[in-house]
Amino acid sequence: MAGGGFISTGGRRSLMLLLPPFLYAIVLMAVPLGAVVAISFSGPDGFSLANYAAVFTEPINVRGVMRGTWAAGDLSWTPGLLPRSIYVSVMVTVATVVLAYPVAYFISFVVPPQRKSLWMFLITIPFWTSYLIRIFLWKVILGFSGVINSALIWVGLIDEPLTFILYNANAVIITLSHAYAPFAILPIFVALEKIDRSLLEAAQDLGENRVTTFLRVTLPLSVPGVVAAVLIVFIPTIGDYVTPELVGGSGGLLIANRIQALFLQVNDPGLGAALSIVTMAAVALVSLLFVFTCRRWLRSRT
Amino acid sequence: MTKGWGLRIYALIYLLFLFAPIILLPMFAFNSGKIIAFPLQGFSTTWFEQLWTRTELHRAVQNSLIIAVSVAAISTVLGICAARAGALDDYPFKRSMIGLVMLPLVLPEIILAVALLVIIAKVLGIAPSVWTIIMAHVLICTPYATAILNGAFQNLDKSFEEAAMDLGENRWGAFRLVTLPLVMPGIISAFLIAFIISLDEFIIAFFLSGNVTTLPVYIYGLRRQSDDLPIIMALGTILVTMSVALLIVAEFFRRRGMRRAGIKDSGGLL
Amino acid sequence: MKPLISLRGVQKYYGDYHALRGIDLDIMPGEFFSLLGPSGCGKTTLLRTIAGFEDVTSGTLTIDGKSMKGVAANLRPTNMVFQSYAIFPHLSVAQNVGFGLRTDSRSKADKARAVVEALEMVGLGGYGVRAAHALSGGQRQRVALARALILKPKVLLLDEPLSALDKKMREQMQVELIRLQRNVGITFILVTHDQEEALVMSDRIAVMFEGSIGQLDDPETLYRRPNTRKVAEFIGKMNILPGRVTGMGDRISVDVAGLGASAIAPEQAPGGTAMGDTMIGIRPETLAILFPGDTTERRTVDGVVDEVVYYGDMTYYDVKVPGIDEPLNLSMKNLIGRPVLDVGAQTKVIWDERSLVVLGR
Repeated sequence: MAGGGFISTGGRRSLMLLLPPFLYAIVLMAVPLGAVVAISFSGPDGFSLANYAAVFTEPINVRGVMRGTWAAGDLSWTPGLLPRSIYVSVMVTVATVVLAYPVAYFISFVVPPQRKSLWMFLITIPFWTSYLIRIFLWKVILGFSGVINSALIWVGLIDEPLTFILYNANAVIITLSHAYAPFAILPIFVALEKIDRSLLEAAQDLGENRVTTFLRVTLPLSVPGVVAAVLIVFIPTIGDYVTPELVGGSGGLLIANRIQALFLQVNDPGLGAALSIVTMAAVALVSLLFVFTCRRWLRSRT
Repeated sequence: MTKGWGLRIYALIYLLFLFAPIILLPMFAFNSGKIIAFPLQGFSTTWFEQLWTRTELHRAVQNSLIIAVSVAAISTVLGICAARAGALDDYPFKRSMIGLVMLPLVLPEIILAVALLVIIAKVLGIAPSVWTIIMAHVLICTPYATAILNGAFQNLDKSFEEAAMDLGENRWGAFRLVTLPLVMPGIISAFLIAFIISLDEFIIAFFLSGNVTTLPVYIYGLRRQSDDLPIIMALGTILVTMSVALLIVAEFFRRRGMRRAGIKDSGGLL
Repeated sequence: MKPLISLRGVQKYYGDYHALRGIDLDIMPGEFFSLLGPSGCGKTTLLRTIAGFEDVTSGTLTIDGKSMKGVAANLRPTNMVFQSYAIFPHLSVAQNVGFGLRTDSRSKADKARAVVEALEMVGLGGYGVRAAHALSGGQRQRVALARALILKPKVLLLDEPLSALDKKMREQMQVELIRLQRNVGITFILVTHDQEEALVMSDRIAVMFEGSIGQLDDPETLYRRPNTRKVAEFIGKMNILPGRVTGMGDRISVDVAGLGASAIAPEQAPGGTAMGDTMIGIRPETLAILFPGDTTERRTVDGVVDEVVYYGDMTYYDVKVPGIDEPLNLSMKNLIGRPVLDVGAQTKVIWDERSLVVLGR
């Protein structure tokens, strides 16, 4: 209705109203992020790419360490923190989303409408409890003399405590999956709710059974929610350093730990900034790749 | 068997998995044994009593509360602005501006922490303090407040404020007497959620704390002392109970607000 | 009598969009005035401009002799019933009705009494304590009316007040609104897209198309003497036939396709006329079927029944007449003894020169 660029009086007022939060975000987020970018390019004599070079040459960051030789047959490659972190985040995302989907489906299709918000409320409660406390809890749950082990020994199922469940990447994956579960359930639930139920009835009328209806109708239509869930879990988990530090052991440290160390302990902000930028770029790249792969199912929505 | 029993069992197991760590908290907080392991030793409230004696803890709690209340207040106000501005008219760049405000939701916290540390400590040379933490927390809490308030504002009929003005009120009177009461449950919800988020937030607080200890930072400091684990259990029990209580209150207000306006509930906070 | 509301040359632009194109209008005190037109014609914009929710881009608007330029909505002597009624859900019915009395200087008891009176006037006596969000559509509308009228405005503005109601409720409310307006005696300005509604309730109607007023008249004149084809087609049903004006003077000579030549009075060309081709309108109710066995002294024309729709109390016929492309539309009451014709039957259609209207091209 309005011509190009025209703002109604109400629109002008709303624009004014939006300024405080917007400017706040600019000053406290956009500008600092810009500063990080600037610092990453800084060296002793001004503009320099040395930090970025260091990101890729230092083995710990990306390149990793190769040991042994091909000829001797004992070639092994310990990847750098960035590939390892992406791997862990991908694992966490896959585990979380795959395990979350049936729950979202359950709440959307099985639970009666008046109970749905109760279920969603219950699911989100653990999220609101202290993040740190939860990590401590997993530490004691998975520990050598922790809850799982002591319970299993007490009941008599095992004699020796399990060691593979703590102080490595597995522990990190378990803990993060638990933490981010509600983040995955919510978008999938929303997408499933949006599906017109008569579409499913039509499919069954046309001869599909319940399984094929799910695979051919429900699942494709829920893809936008799945994509959202993947991104909501994947992106923040890259930045988590508390979990790896407390339950990851030395084998479970991730890129965020290194970034933290560079800033707070080693005091090399330039390298830390460059590493942060590279990490963000890698995350963005992986995310875009994923969304691109799914675009077929995303487009059909509109 | 009822329909979907397989899924129901799965969902219940899933819920158990979600709640399992939290259930353990009171179990071991009241456990007299020092080691967090089965079998349980016996009932005791000694860990709670020990909490009382730790002055560092008291100071951390105080800091956290001051910060959380301030953050909740400021974030709620900014959230009201953003939600109101997003609910009605159109103007250029509306979507991108609101997108920027909501961006902290998808950025990893460490990136934000790093960026803020760089600006505050290195570039501006300001010493980290309670205020730096407050400002940083407002940044991440405002999107949550905005999301909650969006729901509240979108349920408002635009004609309400016009009707109020037609009946003699000026713009502020219309807002105060009609819009505000209708949005109040959302405001309370947003305030409580922002409060809880700020109270629990660790990463940014750690980066920007300097001498100021918040509760999560204090807990983090105990990580090397395995002797203190039961105390952490006790502390955790209190925190979780408080968070859950606040959450139930927030949800109660949200539902009450929708009932008063005669709207059907579609489920969920966000 | 001096007009209560005067608009002169009112233009309204939303950016590039020309919503109101030069409106000149006088609304008299105490009249029930309607703004009628299809969606997008500007009638709601015009109403909101009078209310004060939109500014005029140029032109003048005066209420009771005072210019409303720069006067905010809350300070104008107008009150509005919104299309959605905008009943405040967090207040009771009584609190809603008394909302505008907040700054009034009367005592609490006086205000309470005024609320009770207002509720009784709209037929909701005793509803004061009810929660506003639990009311039905019709009840909400009455609350909106009471809420506006209690402030004794000079003008009551109604934005499509009946469009959200079902048919029965709508008819009931139409009668009640007329009764209310007569009791209260103030000017009502109604916006509607339903021409039947406007015809039933109004003293005068302004028919609007695309930001301008097409015709401003009382309902009967509007119906019987539409000044353009657009107005004629918008109000009621109209048969439109090609014809030509062959002579001007005391009487206008027209030659209508299929019907022949006749001489009509100048009032039958309300939009003015010129020699040459034109369109002629005939209302269906001015045509009649000459049933077998009946006679008439009026002019008739031969035709073949093309379609029959039986409605119980009426039967609608489409009759194809040689020389006219579209069949003539007409309706006949199903009186006792009167047959219902079959499709394909030969028949004669009775018509009257006095019902012709020249509509222009």
